[in-house]
Amino acid sequence: MANRAVEIRRRPRGASSEAPRAELRTPAQLAWRQLRKHPMALAGGAVLVVLYLLVVFAEFLAPYSLDFADRERFFHPPILPRFADSQGFSLRPFVHGTTLVDPGLRRYEADPTRRYYLRFFVRGEPYRLFGLFPSDAHLFGVDPPGRIFLLGTDQSGRDQFSRILYGSRISMTIGLYASAVTIPIGLLYGGISGYYGGRIDNVMMRLAEFVISIPDFYLLLTLSAVLPTQVGCTTRFYLIILILSFIGWAGFSRIIRGIVLSLKEQEYVLAAKAAGLGDLRIIARHILPQTASFVIVVVTLGIPGAILGESALSFIGFGIREPCSSWGNLLTQASNLPTLILSPWLLFPGLFIIAAVVAFNVFGDGLRDALDPRVRAG
Amino acid sequence: MLQYIVRRLLQLIPMLLGITVISFVIIQLSPGDFLAEMRLNPIVSQQTVDQMRRNFGLDQPLYVQYLKWLWNAVRLEFGYSFAFQVPVTWLIGSRLLNSVLLNVALFAAAWAVAIPLGIFGARRQYSLADNTLSFVAYVGISTPVFFSGLFLLYIAFRTGWFPIGGMTSIDYEFLPWTGKVLDVAHHMVLPVIAYGVFGGAGLMRQMRASLLEVLRQDYVRTARAKGLAERVVINKHAVRNAINPLITIFGYSLGGLLGGSAILEIVMGWPGIGKLLLEATVQKDLYVVMAALVIGSVTLVVGNLIADILLALSDPRIRYD
Repeated sequence: MANRAVEIRRRPRGASSEAPRAELRTPAQLAWRQLRKHPMALAGGAVLVVLYLLVVFAEFLAPYSLDFADRERFFHPPILPRFADSQGFSLRPFVHGTTLVDPGLRRYEADPTRRYYLRFFVRGEPYRLFGLFPSDAHLFGVDPPGRIFLLGTDQSGRDQFSRILYGSRISMTIGLYASAVTIPIGLLYGGISGYYGGRIDNVMMRLAEFVISIPDFYLLLTLSAVLPTQVGCTTRFYLIILILSFIGWAGFSRIIRGIVLSLKEQEYVLAAKAAGLGDLRIIARHILPQTASFVIVVVTLGIPGAILGESALSFIGFGIREPCSSWGNLLTQASNLPTLILSPWLLFPGLFIIAAVVAFNVFGDGLRDALDPRVRAG
Repeated sequence: MLQYIVRRLLQLIPMLLGITVISFVIIQLSPGDFLAEMRLNPIVSQQTVDQMRRNFGLDQPLYVQYLKWLWNAVRLEFGYSFAFQVPVTWLIGSRLLNSVLLNVALFAAAWAVAIPLGIFGARRQYSLADNTLSFVAYVGISTPVFFSGLFLLYIAFRTGWFPIGGMTSIDYEFLPWTGKVLDVAHHMVLPVIAYGVFGGAGLMRQMRASLLEVLRQDYVRTARAKGLAERVVINKHAVRNAINPLITIFGYSLGGLLGGSAILEIVMGWPGIGKLLLEATVQKDLYVVMAALVIGSVTLVVGNLIADILLALSDPRIRYD
């Protein structure tokens, strides 16, 4: 109390109506203060920001389009920009032109006499930024017939870097969409089950347990076999989200039910009942908001699960299919061992999966600590 | 306790009924059936296809098919595989054995590595070694098994130290029994490493967190205050209590075993039940898929039951009645 008195006295006159700052922190501010103490979590958050920037600006950042294929440069090893070669040093980064010398072993030979300088903000294939603004500017590129394949190419000579960027659209968002479906269902289902208890609870939870009791991957596999094969990529994307949600809602609602079971005994629920509020209103307006911090954590830690699920599914050919790209789908080519051995750069999409999932896990763990009042030191 | 177990086992019956109904409906929803491919084959006459359809009972209504399947399944006859032309029980039997073998090895390796590392991490919390281990564990739990599998296969090819996929070498049949055991063990090394990184990392984090929790307790301070050696405090007082939650995890992971290794089997070419399920799903081999789903679900549910029982046995505060 003494501190507070001091603070009030020191405050400049104009702001005298404000309460002391320390007492007015919103839960979000408190969480942020905690989160700042976790350097790992912040780093994870930063990686996520970068990855989502890639998602948003994929067309601009990718030197080539999703379907661009240079048939003469299939399984081309990565071409990195360089500053020097036998011809001498150059301040402008450049790449060499290459020619295929052995189609069987897929060996390419660089030709030092053909230099292609790396240029920024080049005009290339047209696209629509955010699906709205027509543009043909790309962050970087080289003049044709030179090529820049930062992470190599696949069997049809498509630039893997560009395809990874386009693939991030699916891989990085599928978890968000799946959560957006799972959470409302799980909240409502778990909320009703926990609130009413008794026979309703019993029946609802048995039903959820049917889904929980089938091993996730088995269910994922059988469900995706149901998907129609003749649909476009977008439709398939949404169907996979439905499948991931179908698997996810049950476990989530069971946890929510557990929380609601303990929350419904609290006095404010009794007060709401005494005030004559309807059951659904009590569940939706008074009980479920209490689970908010838990839900935030579950979402952050659940998204990597969805990313891994989608990539596993696409990897075995049941998820996103050609010609679309997702990180798991890109890895499919690497599952052919002779191909993988000659072209190990086909493993690069896996590194993006790992980076994204690590970032989500680290960030989620930090967030859980930050939102948990028990861990809060001061 | 006995009553509790019996009750749980009885609850298993409606549960399994529900699971089989769901599985049956899902599989029937999928477009086409096993005969679809045959119908397109000009060599096979329409009569043959119709005959096979009748033989397999595919012309009957859905609920009749299900009830027939159920009646047989109760007697542990899971029908006939369309693709392999053998009873599903045979097929599943050998594959299940392979899966169990692989999983026991995965399990043993993950626990043997994770527990000591978890204890080590907790004892030196926030040291350089601990932070490194924590980061490695993060990467471990975040690496998809199919990626680590592929990566290891690539390494195996480059170094030539390990066989590339599969479970046995070509000359397996001609080896003496010691050679057979060694051959399978040799094939098992890569999957164990691929999964150990994944399964072990999660366990290590659990062990570390659990031990840290225990080390904050008063009785640990008491033990230290009365002058016990640090080794005794850790091993006798702390670790024994910290291992409790892991016993539950042990049970739950027993249940998750078959599902967890499925994709690993697919990548590594291990002839287990997960790989069988994938092949059967692709070929619409109805009864094989059903049997795999049922077996997977039974192990999951029974594993959870074992987890609950183990928990009650290890922690006297928990009573079921």
